[in-house]
Amino acid sequence: MASGHVTKRAKYKTTIKDPGTPGTLRMTLEKILFVPHNPKSAGKLDVEFRYIKGQKHTKEGSNKPPWLNLTNNQNGSFIFEFENYSDLHDCRDFVGKVLAKSGEVSEKPTVAYPDEQLSAAEMELRIKLLQEDSELQKLHKQFVLSGVLTEAEFWATRKKLLDREASKKTKQRLGFKSAMVSDIKPSTDGRTNKVTFNLTPEIILQIFAEKPAVHRAFLTYVPNKISERNFWTKYFRAEYLHSTKNSIAAAAEAAEDEELAVFLKQDDILASEARRKIRRVDPTLDMEADEGDDYTHLPDHGIFRDGNKEMTESQNELYKRTLSQDINRHAAVVLEGRAVDAEFEDTKAVAEALAQSKRESSNKGESDGDTSRERIERLSRMTEIEDLQGSNNLPLAPLCIKDPRDYFDSQQANALRTSGDALGGTEQIKSSLSIPEVYSSLRESISSIKAMGWKEPIVKPEVAYQVFDALTNSISNTKHNIGKNPQESVLDRLPRKTKEELLHSWTSILELLKHFWASYPITTSYLYAKVNRLKDAMSNIYPQLEEIKGSVPSELRHQVSLLVRPMYQALDAAIQHYEASMQKRSTQSGEKPNGYV
Amino acid sequence: MASAPSKLYADDVSLVVVLLDTNPFFWSSSSLSFSQFLSHVLAFFNAILTLNQLNQVVVIATGYNSCDYIFNSASDLNRSFENGRMPVMSSSLLQKLEEFLIKDEQLSKGEPEGRIKSSLFSGSLSMALCYIQRVFRSGALHPHPRILCLQGSPDGPEQYVAIMNAIFSAQRSEVPIDSCYIGAQNSAFLQQASYITGGVHHKPQNLDGLFQYLMTIFATDLHSRSFIHLPKPVGVDFRASCFCHKNTIDMGYVCSVCLSIFCKHHKKCSTCGSVFGQAQSEAASASDKKRKTPET
Ligand SMILES: [Zn+2]
Ligand SMILES: [Zn+2]
Repeated sequence: MASGHVTKRAKYKTTIKDPGTPGTLRMTLEKILFVPHNPKSAGKLDVEFRYIKGQKHTKEGSNKPPWLNLTNNQNGSFIFEFENYSDLHDCRDFVGKVLAKSGEVSEKPTVAYPDEQLSAAEMELRIKLLQEDSELQKLHKQFVLSGVLTEAEFWATRKKLLDREASKKTKQRLGFKSAMVSDIKPSTDGRTNKVTFNLTPEIILQIFAEKPAVHRAFLTYVPNKISERNFWTKYFRAEYLHSTKNSIAAAAEAAEDEELAVFLKQDDILASEARRKIRRVDPTLDMEADEGDDYTHLPDHGIFRDGNKEMTESQNELYKRTLSQDINRHAAVVLEGRAVDAEFEDTKAVAEALAQSKRESSNKGESDGDTSRERIERLSRMTEIEDLQGSNNLPLAPLCIKDPRDYFDSQQANALRTSGDALGGTEQIKSSLSIPEVYSSLRESISSIKAMGWKEPIVKPEVAYQVFDALTNSISNTKHNIGKNPQESVLDRLPRKTKEELLHSWTSILELLKHFWASYPITTSYLYAKVNRLKDAMSNIYPQLEEIKGSVPSELRHQVSLLVRPMYQALDAAIQHYEASMQKRSTQSGEKPNGYV
Repeated sequence: MASAPSKLYADDVSLVVVLLDTNPFFWSSSSLSFSQFLSHVLAFFNAILTLNQLNQVVVIATGYNSCDYIFNSASDLNRSFENGRMPVMSSSLLQKLEEFLIKDEQLSKGEPEGRIKSSLFSGSLSMALCYIQRVFRSGALHPHPRILCLQGSPDGPEQYVAIMNAIFSAQRSEVPIDSCYIGAQNSAFLQQASYITGGVHHKPQNLDGLFQYLMTIFATDLHSRSFIHLPKPVGVDFRASCFCHKNTIDMGYVCSVCLSIFCKHHKKCSTCGSVFGQAQSEAASASDKKRKTPET
């Protein structure tokens, strides 16, 4: 396997069903060459390895022949059928090696699948995860492609990642356009006064969503009472009347035409909804206080629509609709998002789908009787002053800690140990003085300073110089200690490369340790082999850590060795465990070298 | 707090809440006398108040039995010198300190035994945080608060939970805790408090120059810290050790109720008494069975 090429007899198949062309497959570090036995046959192949993205193969023991499927970066694939599985495995390992190498150059992740048949979707997902997470990709390359962990083992510890990714698949929904429906401008034919509105199901859905009364009218009138065309004509007539702001004319026309009146009147569904919403407003909100902010009625204030100032008239309130109402309603609908997702061809379907989705959502959370009680509860919640309330009577057992000193000893002992101060020294000699004595000596100190004033000078110049000198010295000696940000971590002071190497060492060590400890107790020869593999991989990390230490300038070395020390300790602990259990195994069951318990 | 004149606060205006260790047992055994200490510290307070007119110093005495506010520069506005010996505010601080010590003594119950007892650090730290919270709520204009602990007494392990809670709450409200340890050993609490909150911890080597240390390190306002080099610890090892044997461990069992750490599986948590479910041996044998089946 160490050689730079492999040659096997195989059949080259363009598809799975293709019976295949017999010939010789030769793989070098750069290329894949297939030469058919019959020189006239067309199946000759000469592909560079850098185009190969991944490989799949059939599993020994499955009823499929030994097939190796190499996928290239254009989603094409080359299938080879071997004479036996050992040939297949040789080729698979070779491809794995080459891909691992080439992966260092091109950042395309490669996924190899020994011992596992995966669906295309699962494979896609894994590749996607690797592509999105460079750290994961690095680990994968480092351990899976080098054979320390199998593909299955690697992913077994990340099942959650795979699951979550899968469930996240619900795709983003398209929202409503932010343009207002009233902005739909008709086209004219240029000769007559006739205008034409182009209504798409999209626009209709938006109209229905923003104007529930129109939606209801459509469901009741069309097509039994009036035709759809007629319905929309009346709708736009009403819109036109609104835009003229002539509420007297609007009132007059509405009196004559029942259906037109529906469009001209205030939307009663919206109005009742608004009333319901007001009931749910935070009860502590003082809406009257905000009223003073409304100055639209003052001269030179107000909203202009289509170049005309919107006037507030007192008569014919019923037929008046302000722009702010329209904008607010539109904004609310856009923010709500569309509940109806499918593409619709005709208006009837749109109307019914919307009605259906509304029924569903109202079934979910609408029992009006509850709202008043809910409101009272909210009110008491909002006005409650937390500090004055008793505990919430949660069904929890109170935490009772017998001796908090344990926490101190557990954690802080180390802190003191490393800072170089003997912990044992805490047992200071107790002063021989009694309580009154110590207090009175303290009070004497105060009286003396009161009488004498501050010491003069407070610090002797030479002492001040010494202190200043020592401080400056220690600061400049640890100049790597200094960053702009006092919160900056030790890592940030190291060269970028060292920092990355250290972080990566940690993640690789953690990955190995996770698998290592999870393999105990060893119950099968499989786990036995896995532990051996992991132990070898862990041993290989020691020289790498030494190398990192050696690569930094001497003044940073201490910092780096502090960071590396816990890594050594974690590895040492694992290897110690490994050796101890090996010893136990050999003494216990010498006749079972394979590691069965 | 007297209402400060409504001036715009610059980013270098500081509120320094100083926790002053007044544990008489510590001071009776310290190489630095309490009067010398006060001399350095009072001069330091004066210096801070002179650095910026809007700076504020609040002093809380950390006693042996109690804690109390003993000084607030916002209410002691007299900055004149009393017969040339020291500022009036310093003598009012000393006055309050004396009264505090008398009260603290009255609260004593019996002689402490064994080693020097710790002072009530958790109490003064909580008082400092309460004061700072009040300042935060006083409106948009307030000085940048920080806490400075001047401590010499040894740590009180029995205060662990309270102190750590205070440290974390300081961390959450972004209040750095600076600490200057003047005792014989170092204090793990102070190191951790400064480390977690992004403050500075220092243990002066030469206590005769305490004032110089205070001025060089602890007078630096938070804004200036972004470009001034201050001493930094080499790193603190916060690795855990087990509660049962005090051994440093890499892996262990953690009580899910109180977060105690054990090196071995126990039936019951020795700290909080919670009973741990499912014996380990059962779990192990169940997983053994599972593992044996695939036999790859
Ligand atoms: Zn233990
Ligand atoms: Zn517990």
